[in-house]
Amino acid sequence: MTGLRVENLSYAYGARQALDRVSFRVEPGTFCALLGPNGAGKSTLFALLTRLFAAPQGRIGIAGHDMARAPRQALRQMGVVFQQPTLDLDLTVQCNLSYFAALHGLRGARAQARIEAALERLEMRGRLGERVRDLNGGHRRRLEIARSLIHHPKVLLLDEPTVGLDAATRRAITAHVHDLSRRKGLTVLWATHLTDEIDDADQLLILHRGRLTEDGTARQLRGGLGLADHFLRLTGEAA
Amino acid sequence: MMDWLAALTAITQREALRFIGQRGRFVAALVRPMLWLVVFAAGFRAALGLSITPPYATYTTYEVYIVPGLCGMILLFNGMQSSLSMVYDREMGSMRLLLTSPLPRWWLLVCRLLASTAISILQVYVFLGLAALFGIRFSWGGYAALLPALVPAGLMLGALGLALSSVIRQLENFAGVMNFVIFPMFFLSTALYPLWKMAESSALLRDICAVNPFSQAVELIRFALYQQLNAAALAWVLLSGLVWLGLAVWGYDPERGLIRKAGKPG
Repeated sequence: MTGLRVENLSYAYGARQALDRVSFRVEPGTFCALLGPNGAGKSTLFALLTRLFAAPQGRIGIAGHDMARAPRQALRQMGVVFQQPTLDLDLTVQCNLSYFAALHGLRGARAQARIEAALERLEMRGRLGERVRDLNGGHRRRLEIARSLIHHPKVLLLDEPTVGLDAATRRAITAHVHDLSRRKGLTVLWATHLTDEIDDADQLLILHRGRLTEDGTARQLRGGLGLADHFLRLTGEAA
Repeated sequence: MMDWLAALTAITQREALRFIGQRGRFVAALVRPMLWLVVFAAGFRAALGLSITPPYATYTTYEVYIVPGLCGMILLFNGMQSSLSMVYDREMGSMRLLLTSPLPRWWLLVCRLLASTAISILQVYVFLGLAALFGIRFSWGGYAALLPALVPAGLMLGALGLALSSVIRQLENFAGVMNFVIFPMFFLSTALYPLWKMAESSALLRDICAVNPFSQAVELIRFALYQQLNAAALAWVLLSGLVWLGLAVWGYDPERGLIRKAGKPG
């Protein structure tokens, strides 16, 4: 069992059901977009997938490891880019990445080689000594993506990673992650509410009011409509 | 095991680098106890007579009496600030990053605790250096004996902050924690007045002060400065520290804990 598996996942905040029996699979090498309006349950799903808290019902499998039974193995195979920035602005790019590498048990020359390779892929190697505060928003995001790949995860989770970025940067980052999934066989789950970040060939999940209403390729699901129109018709809300 | 140590080193380094970067925090952490020492204690000197009780062998001025309490104050403020800062908006992200490490969660929390305690201890020694400039000095042996007392005291107060950070939902407002945790702990302790002085006004007040773990931390520090071990205080500090650490680990446990309540539903 590889890739990302979610089976029958439910979660409630008191009386409010945030997720209701959500099940899906994302195979290796697939870019899967998770589309949902605000309040659809995306953040809750990400909190469960990253083990911020655990669901009383349902199962999560990361590259073959069950999150409840073997959380440490599952986390080892997972890279995450959170919606909120998680970089230390006053520390250098190097310090930020070394810190993360150490949290994943990587030290010394091995860590350094991985850090430089990850930055190289995102064309940021020259910025190793810069303070994060001095980087622009796009570079900070790219840095967070580079960081999430240092420990060579098999599954990459990104929670609205392009929020607040300009159109050109958004396009570049989206294209890069698409490329990663294709060339490296990475399983990607990309949460968004922006339909233009999704290619026709991508797997698409639509989450609405805590339920998974659609699962298929974007091309199949949208039919003859534009994706934005399809989404709007389905959820009755602006994408 | 090397992975565990690598994480501890990295977390401590990060705390140290962040601390050096935040000079304002460093200055504030020193100004607060210095104000108490130079302004408050000087004014109080005439009003408060202190009898000779252990660990004091001779008559002691109020400025000397208050120093262990102010060391405790630094540990208390720092412990709270560092732990609670984890759940502030921006910090919530870095906390989530920390929790995605494949190391056991309890160890990650202990690493945070050890790192913040190390920073607190550094501040205590800088404060003692400043106090020495004002003529309030202790023996070199006392300064050395202080270190093993500051470690459990700092860990205990940091663990309290950590436990609070996992169970309190609204932490945007540090003032709330000041009013309901820091001030009561500080004022209802032996930091400013000895127990017998408290007993003169109310037996209940004295009892509250006696069971307050912060009092025990202050007494542990006070005795250590005179190269004496207050075993009862040490036991009390260790016990309460373990309880709070247990609460924090429970609070951050994804299965049972309350961290989800601090998270953003959506």
